[in-house]
Amino acid sequence: MTDTWTPDQPIISIKDVHKSFGNLEVLKGITFDVMKGEVVCVIGPSGSGKSTLIRCINALNEIQSGSIKVEGLEVNSPNLDKLELRKKVGMVFQQYNLFPHKTALENVMMAPVLVLKQEPAQVEKRARALISKVRLEGKENAYPGELSGGQQQRVAIARSLAMNPDVMLFDEVTAALDPETVKEVLVTIKDLAAEGMTCILVTHEMGFAREIADHIYFTDRGVIVEHGPPATFFKKAKDPRTREFLSQIL
Amino acid sequence: MKPVLHNTSTDLPVLLPFRPGATTWDARDWAGLATSKRFGLALALVLISWLLIDTAYAQMVGAQGQTVWETIVKWTPLMFLGPEGEFGGFVLNIVVSFIAMALGTFLGLWLGLGQVSPNRFIRRTSWAITQLFRNSPWLVLLFYFMLLIPFFIRVGDTRIEISGWAKATFALSLPIMANVSEIVRGSIASIPTGQWDSAESLAFSRSQTLWRIILPQCIKRMIPPWMNWYCILTMSTPLVSILGVNDGMTLTQDALAAEGRSEYLIPMYLWLMSWFFIYSYPIALLTRKLENRFAVNQ
Repeated sequence: MTDTWTPDQPIISIKDVHKSFGNLEVLKGITFDVMKGEVVCVIGPSGSGKSTLIRCINALNEIQSGSIKVEGLEVNSPNLDKLELRKKVGMVFQQYNLFPHKTALENVMMAPVLVLKQEPAQVEKRARALISKVRLEGKENAYPGELSGGQQQRVAIARSLAMNPDVMLFDEVTAALDPETVKEVLVTIKDLAAEGMTCILVTHEMGFAREIADHIYFTDRGVIVEHGPPATFFKKAKDPRTREFLSQIL
Repeated sequence: MKPVLHNTSTDLPVLLPFRPGATTWDARDWAGLATSKRFGLALALVLISWLLIDTAYAQMVGAQGQTVWETIVKWTPLMFLGPEGEFGGFVLNIVVSFIAMALGTFLGLWLGLGQVSPNRFIRRTSWAITQLFRNSPWLVLLFYFMLLIPFFIRVGDTRIEISGWAKATFALSLPIMANVSEIVRGSIASIPTGQWDSAESLAFSRSQTLWRIILPQCIKRMIPPWMNWYCILTMSTPLVSILGVNDGMTLTQDALAAEGRSEYLIPMYLWLMSWFFIYSYPIALLTRKLENRFAVNQ
């Protein structure tokens, strides 16, 4: 399957995805495609299944039915090569989840050295470059506990990038941050998007979504209610649920 | 790839997450401990009470030629080091506590990992073993394994004797194993699940996640309760005297029997008790110090 994928096809293709936790159906048939280099924002009220959706793309959660393809690789398959998938897809979490017993540099280096078995000297060089890319020169040897939330989140982004992913997933990455550090994280994501990285963001930052997204999806109660490019989405929302949500947020 | 937790409630003292880096351990802490007022006070209390009793007894029995102090000095080498050329005495208590702790910790680590295994059978079995030995009286375990393990085993033509103290050490290591197992399970459960998520999204395997990411974070949380169990174990080693092992307790009883005078009972046992106290109390203090230290570094 992987071989047949070409860059002109969707890099991520989601078809009729259903996901339940016990009796609670969280995703009720989600379908959308993401093209290479596209920046997609998923917005919606709490509990609408946004985070679950992007966790499913990374196989952190299993789905009950439907299909998720990443560069042609079927995620909903018992024979899924998880290593292959996770080399393609990087993920950043709301709570940063840095490894607290490792320095910033070690956090970034760990996966390439231990999982991909790359040469530590070369990985270190790349890791240092990534840390300066997220504007944290001088913090290489700091432990996560010594960094602010925004700094930790940027290390987490660098850590994901160290695996050279083709797609980055951002799960409400600014939701746990102080307002003044939100910006530095958003700037980092914007840089990435400008370089052509394919990004899927679950976010509550409407202003940022409007600025950065190529396409916005609004989910509520497990379905995509409305979607479109930011210009039309924010100004000409048709569905009453979308309009109500936007009026509360904006 | 989430940690599989059989039962997330625990009666262990659970430490809140700590942040490393801010913690540095240096020799000053040991110096601080030695001069600790609490330790000095407690030691003084033991010595004063002992001196008072000694003086009283010395007056009582002094006329008969041998003071309590002289009696104690006479028997101290036996009580401390055991009979000449044999392994025994208070030293045996300490050696037994070391070996039982090492063995119990080793077995308990694997049993604790078994309790969070993704395999249902391993998880259930580890849980059952843990509960069995955690909830059995130590003395019953001692008797049981004393009788269960043979006196000697034959390997080819060689006859290997299994001494009483070795059997007792093995028996004592079992409740330690069970409690270390609970410490390991509890501390793994106390690591936020986000650590598993991020490790998984970085393509770490389950065993890499466990050994490289989760367990290194657990060690600091495990040390204080682990030291606590070491103190409890040390204080429980005199139980082996009931099985006829020549530990400090047995030899104190022997010395008392040899003297044949009931007024020596209290000072002699107090003397033995003070050794355990002097050995264990600094460990208890250090444990509390570590607990406070980790609690502060939130």
